[in-house]
Formats: sequence, structure tokens, C-alpha cells
Amino acid sequence: MFYREAGQFKTSYEADQALFPIRQDKIGLGIILLVAFVVIPLTANDFFLASVMIPFLVFSLAAIGLNVLTGFCGQLSLGTGAFMGVGAYAAYKLTTIFPDVNVIFLVLVSGFFSAAIGAIFGLPSLRIKGLYLAVTTLAAQFFLEWCFIRIGWLYNYNASGAIEIPTREMFGVIISGAEATPLARYFVVLTITVLIAFLIANVLRGRIGRSWMMIRDMDIAAELMGIRPLQTKLMAFAVSSYVCGVAGAMMVFFWLNAAEPSSYSITLSFQILFMVILGGLGSVGGAFMGAAFIWILPIVLRAIPNMLDVDIGAETVEHLAFMVVGALIIFFLIVEPHGFARLWQIAKQKLRVWPFPY
Amino acid sequence: MNAIVTKESLPEPRPASERELLLRVDNVSLSFGGVKAITDISFDIRKGEVRAIIGPNGAGKTSMLNVINGFYHPQEGTITWRGEVRRKMRPYEAASQGIARTFQNVALFKGMTTLDNIMSGRSLKMSRNFFWQLLWRGPAEREEIEHRRKVEEIIDFLEIQAIRKTPVGRLPYGLQKRVELGRALAMEPELLLLDEPMAGMNLEEKEDMSRFILDVNSEFGTTIALIEHDMGVVMDLSDRVVVLDYGKKIADGTPEEVQANQAVIDAYLGVSH
Repeated sequence: MFYREAGQFKTSYEADQALFPIRQDKIGLGIILLVAFVVIPLTANDFFLASVMIPFLVFSLAAIGLNVLTGFCGQLSLGTGAFMGVGAYAAYKLTTIFPDVNVIFLVLVSGFFSAAIGAIFGLPSLRIKGLYLAVTTLAAQFFLEWCFIRIGWLYNYNASGAIEIPTREMFGVIISGAEATPLARYFVVLTITVLIAFLIANVLRGRIGRSWMMIRDMDIAAELMGIRPLQTKLMAFAVSSYVCGVAGAMMVFFWLNAAEPSSYSITLSFQILFMVILGGLGSVGGAFMGAAFIWILPIVLRAIPNMLDVDIGAETVEHLAFMVVGALIIFFLIVEPHGFARLWQIAKQKLRVWPFPY
Repeated sequence: MNAIVTKESLPEPRPASERELLLRVDNVSLSFGGVKAITDISFDIRKGEVRAIIGPNGAGKTSMLNVINGFYHPQEGTITWRGEVRRKMRPYEAASQGIARTFQNVALFKGMTTLDNIMSGRSLKMSRNFFWQLLWRGPAEREEIEHRRKVEEIIDFLEIQAIRKTPVGRLPYGLQKRVELGRALAMEPELLLLDEPMAGMNLEEKEDMSRFILDVNSEFGTTIALIEHDMGVVMDLSDRVVVLDYGKKIADGTPEEVQANQAVIDAYLGVSH
């Protein structure tokens, strides 16, 4: 009843192929963007921006990156954390070498380094599939992490072994480094995430996105339709790693301020993978939902006892949050193994016919 | 476009065996280790004909198709495509030369809609690069729409308008086979290989599919090579038939000649020893 496309006739293929062909979806997207760009900056406090929204957006972008590879091209990867690390270290080296160049530009350029590394570690995908490929990408994870620890040049031979982000300005506003305000960082992260999500959605609905899905669904038939398997898979690895690399660079430049090799460990890879699986393989919107679930839900859970004035220890709260999130993950995967994106589809279908059951 | 065309209503210019040569297979042998799948087979496919390949199970029919479109590389023999001897090639090269194919057990892209599946057949004809795709607006979108028009023609032709936006995994088997034919047609192939297009269908679906195959052949001028077990269908549709048994060619000729061939009768019915 509320969500019904009756009366919305499409008279051109152009309208039929739009990203959001239904009017209600367009309005919904408009509202979300309005909230993200106007309402949140006006109302939210620094804690909410710095600890909830910025990490959420960074993880969403990384999940979109992994989704390109795993959800759309069907290549399982456990190297996401390392590819994010490549982006971070590349951006750090770039800003060291070119201190006067705009840092946002450098963050976007750093993605190309991780794209190249990703394509190299994607080479085994021509011969190896599924879990076996996951194991070879694990090699990328361990090898690159080793590089971050052992190659001193990457962290400018800091005594701490960590990279610390210098202060950088754009148009007189400090956007990176410890002095940058959460608001400025939030705008940078939000803009980059929305922009890349939009561009990736464009690629996914065209020829190239289709060729990835062809490889995912039936690689033999894809080859028969003229798809070159190696090029297509390597392109997916490169695009995925580019997006992950930018997310990794944003993670240290606009959120953490400093990063150690362990920031980009296998834990991060798994975290992103869980976001993709929970959100829904093969859905850009699902990446946002998955990231919200894994990152925002525990924060909300930890805040509940405080709000209710219940007197329990901080550690107990932490453990309880773990348990609740774990149970919810199991619950949602049993209810809908295809993730939140599919749940949302089902909900839309129900809304369409409401108040009737079918 | 959907007019029902029967073989009889068409003017038959000249017998199939005298038309221009499209593909020739010469003394091809294929083996996997000790298993000889194909032994010394030669035959040709001529432009515009419907060529059937028949034979009992395990005769090497599907292996033959796999050789033609580059999945298998025969140890011996040559394949001549449009007058040129073909090197060892990959399936995507065969695709770019105009050979399309459907599979015995449906090989559609299960997660994609009917529309996307048929659009995927246009992949080779689309060329806008990654950066145009990123922008979408402009050249990439125009190209997409131009090919969408072609795809919609095929959707009309196959009468599957109603399932355009349905994920193919949810479709019944007969429709999946039809979508697969549509996907192959979207490539606008010169040679269309159909591996048991009517397996597992009921009579009505078989009649529909036969009609589509004849229409494709007569309207688009597509040369068709098909493998089929339904002898009624084979004899009605095809111009010439090649019969394989145990990897060897035992007969080749018009349906009437093949039906009368003693070796073929023996292969199908068995011989008393």
C-alpha cells in the first residue's frame, strides 16, 4: 500500500534501467542523503561522528570493495585487511613525499597501489576457486602484514613502528591529523564513500558488472559468451582492491590518526567479510547494512545499561554485547542466509501488497 | 516476426549438400588418457543448413560440439572455419568468431534476471570501457540502450516478455531452455550449436522449440548444428544428419538416407550376435 509502483509507467529503456526505477526508492534515497549531509552534522556530537559514523562509513566502503570481488565476481578473498593496509601505507608514503598535495587526492591515488597489489594476488584465481582461493589470498594477508612490519621505509623508520598521520589542510580547514575536527573528517569520509558507492553501482549494472556476475554464476558459459576469464577476474580484483585501499587509507587518515601493522590484520579481513555476508552478497546497499550491524549495534548495546542507569561493570557490558551480537548473527543467518539485502527485498514485497498477505 | 514458418512453405534454393561451406572437420580424434572419445571423424556444416548430430549415449556427440567451440583440443585432425584452418583456440575466441551454443543441462547465470542473461549475450558487441561505465550517463548508457533494443527483439521473438525481470533460477525448465536459446541468439552467431534443446520437454514445449529453431534458421539465416535424441524432431528439422557411435562416424546424409542405413538401425536397435 505504501510501497507500490502502480501508476508509474516507464516509457523508455532509460527509465527502466535507472538505479532506482521506483519513485518511493528515489524519495527514500533523498531522505537518507539529506540526513547524512545535513541532519547528522547539525545535531550529532563529536563522539557520535568520530566513533560511530566515520568508522561505519569506512567499513561500508571496504565492504562494498569486498562485495565487488566476492559478491559479484564470486571470488572469495581473505586479504581485504592487507589490501586496506596497502592503501593506508601508500597514502602515508605519498603524503610524506608530496606534503603539499591535497591529501584527499593522495588517498584516492593510493587506491591504485592496492589495486595493483590486488591484481597480482588475484593471479591464482584463474586456476583456483572457492575456499582454495581464500587460502591463497590468505598468503597476501600474511605477506603484506610482514612487509608492513619489516620494511622500515614504509613507516619512515619510526621508532614505534606505526604510521602517524601529519596535519593536512584543505581550503584552510584541517582535515587530517590529530587537530582535525570530527565534523570536517566526517564530511570528507561521507563524500568519498557516497561518490565511490555511486560509481561502483554504475559499473555493476553495465557490461563489466554483468561480466563479473557471469563468471560468478557459470564460468564455462561466460567464457563461451566471449568473456576472458583471467582479465575479468583480475579486473574484479583490481577494482575491489582499489575501493578497499581507499577505505584503508581513510581509516587511518580520517579516523584512527595512527596505525600499526596489526590494525590491518586478518581480524579486519574477517570483520569485513562478515559485513558482506550479513549484509548480502551481491548488494551495494547490503554492504551498508552489514557494516551498520557489525559496527553500530555493539556500540548501541554498550550504551543501553548507561541509559537505563543499570549498575553493571564495563567488562560485563562488553561481554554481554558480544553475546547478543553473536546470537543475532546466528539468528539472522538462519532467518535469511542471503543477508539483510534480501530481507529488505522481502519487506518491500510485503509492503507492496499490505494489508493483504499476498 | 512470429509468423509460423514450416519447412514446406519455404522456397528450398538448392540441396544443403551443395551450399557454401561454413565449417569442416577433418579426421579429428580426441582422447582423454586411454579413453577414445572421438576417432577419426570428418564432416562438414554448410551455410544456412540445420545439421543434426545423433547417436546413442556416449557416442561422442557433446565432445564433438566441445571440439568445435574450443573447450577440447583434438589430438589429431583439423577444423576449417570459413575456409581457414583454425589454430588451437579458447572458447572466447570461438565466440568472437561467431559460434554460439546452448548446453545439455541448462547453463544459465542463475543469479541474474532473464533480461540480464540475454544482455550477457551482447557482451562481445559492447565496448565502452571502464571509465565510461563508471559515469554511466552518456556513452555507456546509450550503448546499453542500443543493445537493450536488440535484446527486446529477441524477447519478443521468443515470447518471454512476461518473465523479463524474473531471476532465471525461479523459472520452470522449459522456459530456462528458451532463455538459454535467447542468450545464444543475442550473440547473433553464424553457427549455433544446440546440445539437446528439447531434452526433458513435453510435446507442446518441443513443438514451440522446434518452431523457434526453424524460425531462427529461416529468418536470421543462422546455421544450426543440433544434438537431439527425439528422432521425430531430428528428421523433421534437419537438412542433413551425421550419426556417431562409439566415437566413430557411421552414417552421414539426408534424414531419409540415414533412416534407411543399416549401420544406424543396428546402432540404435542393437544386433543379434
